[in-house]
Amino acid sequence: MENIESRSYSIRKIKEQLFLGITFCAAILAVIPLFAVIFYILWRGFSSLNFAFFTQLPAPVGESRSGMANAIVGSMIIVGLGTLLSLPVGIFSGIWLAEWGKGKTGFLVRFVVDVMSGFPTIVFGIFSYILFVLTMRRFSALAGGFALALIMLPYITRTTEEMVKMVPQTLRESALALGLPEWKVLLFVVLRTAWNGVFTGIMLAVARAAGETAPLLFTAFNNNYWNFRLDQPMASMTVQIYNYAISPFADWNRMAWAGSLVLVFFILLITIVVRSFSKRVSYG
Amino acid sequence: MDKVKIRVNHLNAWFSGKQVLKEINMEIVENKVTAIIGPSGCGKSTLVRCLNRIHETVPGARVRGEVWLDGENILEPRVDPVIIRRKVGMVFQKPTPFPTMSIYDNVTAGLKLNGVRNKQYLDEVVENSLRQAALWEEVKDMLDKPGVSLSGGQQQRLCIARALAVKPEVLLLDEPCSALDPISTGKIEELISDLKKGLTIVIVTHNMQQAARIADFTGFLLLGELIEFDTTKKIFTAPADKRTEDYITGRFG
Repeated sequence: MENIESRSYSIRKIKEQLFLGITFCAAILAVIPLFAVIFYILWRGFSSLNFAFFTQLPAPVGESRSGMANAIVGSMIIVGLGTLLSLPVGIFSGIWLAEWGKGKTGFLVRFVVDVMSGFPTIVFGIFSYILFVLTMRRFSALAGGFALALIMLPYITRTTEEMVKMVPQTLRESALALGLPEWKVLLFVVLRTAWNGVFTGIMLAVARAAGETAPLLFTAFNNNYWNFRLDQPMASMTVQIYNYAISPFADWNRMAWAGSLVLVFFILLITIVVRSFSKRVSYG
Repeated sequence: MDKVKIRVNHLNAWFSGKQVLKEINMEIVENKVTAIIGPSGCGKSTLVRCLNRIHETVPGARVRGEVWLDGENILEPRVDPVIIRRKVGMVFQKPTPFPTMSIYDNVTAGLKLNGVRNKQYLDEVVENSLRQAALWEEVKDMLDKPGVSLSGGQQQRLCIARALAVKPEVLLLDEPCSALDPISTGKIEELISDLKKGLTIVIVTHNMQQAARIADFTGFLLLGELIEFDTTKKIFTAPADKRTEDYITGRFG
């Protein structure tokens, strides 16, 4: 009796250790590229980063006082524009899906939104190019913002839907029982309750859009100077990094590293903010 | 003679094809407490949910019959349910304070979201409603704290205060004490007796002692049928129907 027990137990224990070891190795393997990229960017980027980077315009090769100030602001404007365009549509369609999206139409909308979130982002760039650049006959921040809005839309829609669905039915009924019209109940009670979660979704969409290059290449294009007009080409960090990175000049390559560092830092910051927010999501 | 506040005529209700209320007829007297008792799933909640048209907000729900409130049939399609719900308030089984709002904002939610901005008036309403709900003394120094920070019993009284703030004529209570401890339950029963001076109250309960303690009239509901409806005294001392007697003596349910 004792013999059987100990034999099978020790084999089982070895198997268990082996399995644990394999999963642990896989987990380590999964985070190695992430840390490698971050360390490399830190190493290469930090040495090229200076105050001028945040305050100066891009300068020709050889000039030391060169920066990405216009691209940093440009990225903010284009991403901000994308958020502004996608936010109302995303939130309202999310509410619609959650509240009335049970039928066939809802299924169809949900399906399209899901497919959209998996689209190669360059496709949205091409769409925006045809819609804005070809008709306006020039590259513009508007075209870039629109392309980013299309990328953000499915994320905002689906998180809003999920978060609104999580709000208990009794809360809706309590608000209705106060004699409030349904639209007020949805906006000021249900959406307000779900807001932390919805905000998380919006910020994740912003983080994603901020890192996009392909859809901006032929929509917002690029600009070596300050531009605050939405109907003109505008610089963005990602496109600027791309241009610097593929150039043959060591100076410019260094600028690309510095830009990458700043961009990664931005996105990391957003993700951390989102994390701290999403922990506070509760539905009483 | 007591004035009838709500008259229910031939009320039938369905949930996705399944009939949950069958030919209900009853009269709810003004400024009295009417209790609806019966075993789980007999349609008690559905019955009161028809009285402020919350029933119809559930997908697949259907209703037929008449509910007369002060001489107006509120089930007619041309009647705006939002107006009805301002007259007929409701408190639910589980306390449902709005999680993002303070105690103050919870009480004023119904008024504020309907456009009332007068701060002085809102302050008055908050104090009066919380006093009526027997919660004022406990929360008067922490009105800006979140509503969800209160205990379960306090939360339920907050919900009662919130319902009272819009000055309803009828208050529906759907098993308001079933999630509460005996002390909280006692407080709520006490305040119900106070409230009926200016308010018609309908309370659903699966607790028969509770009905016996606080209700003036009691209806016994079984499998969607109103078996018996009479004064509480009559129901509990001399029920006319054998099934009522079996239920209140604990032989089933």
